[in-house]
Amino acid sequence: MKQFDRASFGWLGLLLLSVLVLPWYRGGDLGASALGEGLGARPWLLPVAVSAVLLVGLALSVADWRRHAAILPLSIAGLVLMTLQGFAIGLNGPLMQGISSIYPTAAQGQPGIGLGGLLTGLALLGLISDALAARGFCRGERFAAACVVIIVALLSLFVFFPIVKLGSAAFTDADGSLAIAPFLTRILGADLWGLACLTSRYSCGVVINTVVLGVLSAAFATGLGLALALLVARTDFRLKRTLRAISILPIITPPFVVGVAIIVLFGRSGVVTAEVADWFGVRPGRWIYGLPGILLAQVLAFTPVTFLVLLGTLEAINPTLEEASGTLGAKPFVTFRKITWPLLRPGIAAAFLLAFIESLADFGNPIVLGGGYDVLSTKIFFAVVGAQYDLGNAATLAIVLLALTLAAFWVQTRWLGRASYVTVTGRSDAGLAAPVPRWVRVAAIAAVVPFVVFTLAIYVIILFGGFVTDVGRLDLTPTVSHIWTAFSFEIGAEGLRLYGSAWDSLITTLWVSALSAPLTMGIGILTAWLVMRQDFFGRRAFEFGTMLSFAIPGTVVGVSYIVAFNVPPVDITGTMAILVICFMFRNMPVGMRAGMAALAQIDRSMEEASQTMGAGGARTLRDVVIPLIRPAIFTALVYAFVTAMTAVSAVIFLVSARYNMATAYIMGRVENGEYALAIAYSAVLMIVMIACVALIQFAVGRRQLGRRTELQGAAAAQPAE
Amino acid sequence: MKDMDSVTETAIEFEGVIKRYGDAVAVNGLSLSIRRGELVTFLGPSGCGKTTSLRLIAGLELPTEGRLLIAGRDVSRDPASERNVGMVFQSYALFPHISVLENVAYGPIIRGVKKPQARDKARTILDQIGLGGLHDRLPSELSGGQQQRVAVARAIVQQPDVILFDEPLSNVDAKLRRRVRSEIRALQQEFGLTAVYVTHDQEEALAVSDRIVVMEKGQIAQFGTPEDLYERPASAFISSFIGDANIIAGKVQSGRFIGAGLDLPVPGDAGAATLSIRPERIVLAAGGTARIDSVTYLGSRMEYAVTSGGLALLVSRPITEPRFERGDAVQLQIDQAGVTRLD
Ligand SMILES: Nc1ncnc2c1ncn2[C@@H]1O[C@H](COP(=O)(O)OP(=O)(O)O)[C@@H](O)[C@H]1O
Ligand SMILES: [Mg+2]
Repeated sequence: MKQFDRASFGWLGLLLLSVLVLPWYRGGDLGASALGEGLGARPWLLPVAVSAVLLVGLALSVADWRRHAAILPLSIAGLVLMTLQGFAIGLNGPLMQGISSIYPTAAQGQPGIGLGGLLTGLALLGLISDALAARGFCRGERFAAACVVIIVALLSLFVFFPIVKLGSAAFTDADGSLAIAPFLTRILGADLWGLACLTSRYSCGVVINTVVLGVLSAAFATGLGLALALLVARTDFRLKRTLRAISILPIITPPFVVGVAIIVLFGRSGVVTAEVADWFGVRPGRWIYGLPGILLAQVLAFTPVTFLVLLGTLEAINPTLEEASGTLGAKPFVTFRKITWPLLRPGIAAAFLLAFIESLADFGNPIVLGGGYDVLSTKIFFAVVGAQYDLGNAATLAIVLLALTLAAFWVQTRWLGRASYVTVTGRSDAGLAAPVPRWVRVAAIAAVVPFVVFTLAIYVIILFGGFVTDVGRLDLTPTVSHIWTAFSFEIGAEGLRLYGSAWDSLITTLWVSALSAPLTMGIGILTAWLVMRQDFFGRRAFEFGTMLSFAIPGTVVGVSYIVAFNVPPVDITGTMAILVICFMFRNMPVGMRAGMAALAQIDRSMEEASQTMGAGGARTLRDVVIPLIRPAIFTALVYAFVTAMTAVSAVIFLVSARYNMATAYIMGRVENGEYALAIAYSAVLMIVMIACVALIQFAVGRRQLGRRTELQGAAAAQPAE
Repeated sequence: MKDMDSVTETAIEFEGVIKRYGDAVAVNGLSLSIRRGELVTFLGPSGCGKTTSLRLIAGLELPTEGRLLIAGRDVSRDPASERNVGMVFQSYALFPHISVLENVAYGPIIRGVKKPQARDKARTILDQIGLGGLHDRLPSELSGGQQQRVAVARAIVQQPDVILFDEPLSNVDAKLRRRVRSEIRALQQEFGLTAVYVTHDQEEALAVSDRIVVMEKGQIAQFGTPEDLYERPASAFISSFIGDANIIAGKVQSGRFIGAGLDLPVPGDAGAATLSIRPERIVLAAGGTARIDSVTYLGSRMEYAVTSGGLALLVSRPITEPRFERGDAVQLQIDQAGVTRLD
């Protein structure tokens, strides 16, 4: 006889509790449950409550309830009923025709779901997974089945549902009814596709702008990245270590900070601008605002990523091939052209596409340096945030941006296969890499030296610019006044009091990062484990779905979350939860990659041994898997944390007066021209970040900070900002 | 009473078990029952579904169709963790981050035994199996043979309904294989364990098994004792997979097999027939119509390729007998015990 286990009673108990007692709606009282509300003014909750009670009653009255034929249909019915009522009746009344005739009281509407609704959903998912496991799903392994079902539900809610909502918003006219015409007008408009810039002073359409910027930026970044990679991998260039170090900087740099530093250097009152104006007697211009400035910033920001990808490719090329060519008497140039170059080409394509995708998604630099040069991401932002608040337009633009990005991803997977995600390959130590021809070396150095000088100048400005009176006017008197504006405090009779204007955002940022990092890591590693180790129906689709969430640009995520979550049934805009959730699903692929790479190295029979000894999935994960993939957990945790602290594109849509994030706050300062304050805060942010990473390292107990290869893989796997 | 006994006597029962991976069929309609306390070997060429059958018993795979019973209970939909099965993996699969003792105590702890008692249990088993004194080592600090014993100890510490071995000798030095396999056999008998053993090596299978399941393309080719398989092979596949065999086609007429220059008494119906003749059951004598084509010296035996009436035959003789040279004329005497009619 099989014993009744705690897990099944857990789901049943949770279902009963949440349906009978817990407040169904957000902010409701105890007892205002599905049953309570259902018997009262909101009878549409009654079917949910009844089916839940039936379910529990049935489960308790039959033997081996998980295999009972009615349990699975009943649980699914409960979930469907719950979802239907949630979407059928909105805040201000029915959203579907005919509801009023069934439920006359529907006109009063209903708020978003609260604890009761949430846990009812969870318990139903748990029961569905239990019933599925009893039918052989996930080889009967209940923990894994529950994880799959719950993660699929979460992805549906937080990745697919917002995108679907976004799509429907694009097809909605001003008064909220479905309409194709406005969508067609918008999507075919000259402001998207216009080519006026070719023939006149007027600017081109925003799609054209975006693509031109993307191609230029990707081309320059790839060229520079290649130069750097060749110098590091194939020459005895002396600055190798510096170059490698520089390559890690962008990971901890908020994406727009480079833009700000460029303004400080080249803006109208910039350091260099002023000098040049003095020397040559020209009027300081605004040339940096627009395409040149954004391009400069993006090239500086993306080159490290292309560098890492190409370095990986170069190091993976078996030197014996080049050696053989040399031995056969080929000149270095011939070897380079016939052997090295063809082997490099896939890497170059990968780097180019990666930079192109990053550029499409980049929001921070265009918004800081854009001037009159509109790109999709900024245009989306202004459509939502600006005076013209036009969600339909924002949604249309977001769809175009999403389509472009997905097309680029599609090309990438099509051409380069799945392997291109993980460019890290074992290094072959056999043989000595062939030196590159002289002219290649000279060209590479010529490209790299300005890059290094620029990058160093920019980081000098970022680190010190906030601590001098006015870095723009070269007034280098040290001062803490900027930092004090942001972070003044007082230790008085009432203890510590924080006055500075930036404290709130810093504290929120720390909270959000601290909450989202473990959640992101958890869901990422768990998903990796499911994909690598479990066998269930739809695994391929599952893996693809998680990858999709990685492909969506931050701005698109931001808009889609606004569209999806500012109304019931899930109304969470303006809360801290939406920030945490947003990071969780945007960054989970990073944890997933790290987890998948680590799991690929571990013999799965250890987990199977644990199972045959009686350990379920959760226990196996805890006792066997986690101890063995600690480094991946560290990597995932650090990246989740760091990205949460530095990301701006999605969160800028989701922050509120109450929960503002550091990056959004800094953006605000930049818009006001308070560059010194912005820079000072950025520096503080980066220092806090490094301190936190050290703390995580200490907590996870990893002796050595991420090896280069891991950083490399993760850098390439960062979600498109 | 007899019925009750036969129920408890059956440790494992496959009932029409099918396992598919997408379109590929790994196990195709397996039906067999394994008695309590016996060691049954799944034998067959690579890819025939042995490992899959073993994993089905363990619960690491669930059958696509059919039922599987362990100790009389239908476990077809139960995950590995809810069965009572011990498994010794090909790679041993010891947990590298905990000591030998903790490795062995892990199972009992999972199943709810208090830690001190679980460790006592683990110590007892480790001592019995000859690993006393190595309790606190990490698995990586043990030799391959010791690691395997830890894996065995870990699998039997919970008195499983069945213990499973997947090619346990594949990571053992060729020289030690004979010893390790007899150790496994001795252990199985000493503890009275029901065991299922997977190998692709027929000699190993003959040596350790009570009964052998020969598998071919996911199906049972023959199930029987080593003697059954060797002396009464059911098909040409079996007779050439287990030991060597001369497979000869011909005709049976009034109780005699005629064909390819042979004339042997063979029982059964008249008509076309295929015979399997074991090479060591053919005796050679000097003089006759057959001719020796080649000679192979194998240390303990001599192998001759002989042509007789247009028929090529393999003959294997002990080294102690008089030897023949290439080109010698010989006469064949075929021992009835080495002849099986296959169809
Ligand atoms: N996880 C799997 N996915 C797909 N095919 C599999 C899987 N495991 C085994 N197979 C296939 O099933 C067949 C039997 O495999 P297996 O049981 O491992 O054979 P054996 O152990 O006898 O060599 C093989 O053809 C193999 O390719
Ligand atoms: Mg096998």
